[in-house]
Amino acid sequence: MKLTIQVNEGPYQHQSADTAYHFARAALEKGHEIFRIFFYHDGVNNGTRLTTPPQDDRNIVNRWSELAQAHDIDMVLCVAAAQRRGIVDEGEAERNGKDATNVAPGFRISGLGQLIEGGVESDRLIVFGD
Amino acid sequence: MAMLHLVNKSPYDTCSLNTASTIMKSGDQLLLIEDGVYGAIKSGKAAGLLNGLKVFVLGPDLAARGISEDKLANDIDVIDYAGFVDLVEANDKVQSWL
Amino acid sequence: MSNAKKMMYINRKAPYGTIYAWESLEVVLIGAAFEQDVSMAFMDDGVYQLTKGQDTTGIGMKNFSPTYAALGDYEVTKIYVEKESLDERGLMLDDLQHLVWEDEDEDYAEKDSIHLVSRAELADVLAGQDVLFNF
Repeated sequence: MKLTIQVNEGPYQHQSADTAYHFARAALEKGHEIFRIFFYHDGVNNGTRLTTPPQDDRNIVNRWSELAQAHDIDMVLCVAAAQRRGIVDEGEAERNGKDATNVAPGFRISGLGQLIEGGVESDRLIVFGD
Repeated sequence: MAMLHLVNKSPYDTCSLNTASTIMKSGDQLLLIEDGVYGAIKSGKAAGLLNGLKVFVLGPDLAARGISEDKLANDIDVIDYAGFVDLVEANDKVQSWL
Repeated sequence: MSNAKKMMYINRKAPYGTIYAWESLEVVLIGAAFEQDVSMAFMDDGVYQLTKGQDTTGIGMKNFSPTYAALGDYEVTKIYVEKESLDERGLMLDDLQHLVWEDEDEDYAEKDSIHLVSRAELADVLAGQDVLFNF
C-alpha cells in the first residue's frame, strides 16, 4: 500500500501524534510505502526542534526526525498552519521577516497542495486528530 | 467496497461513537483507538452501540488504560498496530471520526 | 494525473470554538485546483458552520462564513448536509446560507449546492468516495 498520513494535533497535547507514529512504523515494518506524512492544524508543532521533553518520556519530535531519516519519508508541515503557529524555516524567515528558524530535521514546510496530492497519489489516506 | 471507521474518543465525551455506529454500513469495520477504547467496555452504557457491528480495539490503548480484555463486550477482536495496518489494507478507505 | 478521485471533506465541528472549520475550508479552496471530484459533508456540529448571520466583531475573530458562498466558484457544487444533525440542533434548512453554483452547461443557471440527506443516504454517499478528509 502507498499511504498518506495526516496528523492534525501537536506533540503531547493529544495522543494522535503518537498513534500516527506507531501506525507509520508498523506500516513500514510490513513493507508498505509512506508517500507523505502531512502535518496540519496544531500538527505542525511536531516539527519544532526546540522542544525539551522530560528525559524519562518519549521525544516525539526527534522520533519523527529519526523515522524520516531511516526511511526517507517526506514529512510536510503545512505552510499556512506553520505561519499561524510560528514554525519557521529559512525561506519563511526571510519572506516574513523573522529573526529565527525552528524547523526540526526531516521536516519541510510546504503548501496544502501536498496533502491533496497525497490523497490523489496514495492508496489510502489516514487522518489522526482530535 | 468496505470502510474502516476509526473512533478515538470516549462515547461519554463526544458523539463520535454514536455517529460512527449509526452510519456504518453492512460489511464496514470499526476500530476503537486511544480514548475510543472505553466504548468497548461491556458494562458501559455505550456498549449497546456496538451490537451487530464488526468491532476491533487497539490492545496497546486498552493496556495503557488498565482495561483487561475480559471487560470487553462480546466478539470484539483485540489487535496491535500491525493489525491496524492490516485493517487499513483490507478496507477500501478509512474514515476518522474525530 | 490519473482519473479524478472522489474526494470528500467531512465537517463535524462548530465554527470559532476551534480552528478546524476554517482550516478545513482552506484545504477545500486549495484542493479545487487539483480538478478532482470534490464534495463536502456537514454533520453533527459541522452543520453550525453554515448558519446565517454570523457576526464575529465581539469576539475579535475573522468572520469566514462568506467563504462558503464562494464554494460554487471553486467548483464545489455538492454539499451534503445531514438532516438528523439539523433536527437534533433545532435547525431548518432555512437557517443555513443558501449556497448555489452556476451551471455553465445550462446558461449559468443558478442551482442549489446543498443536498439535504438522511444519515442513511449520507452513508451511501460516503461509501462512494475514494478519499475522506477529516479535520
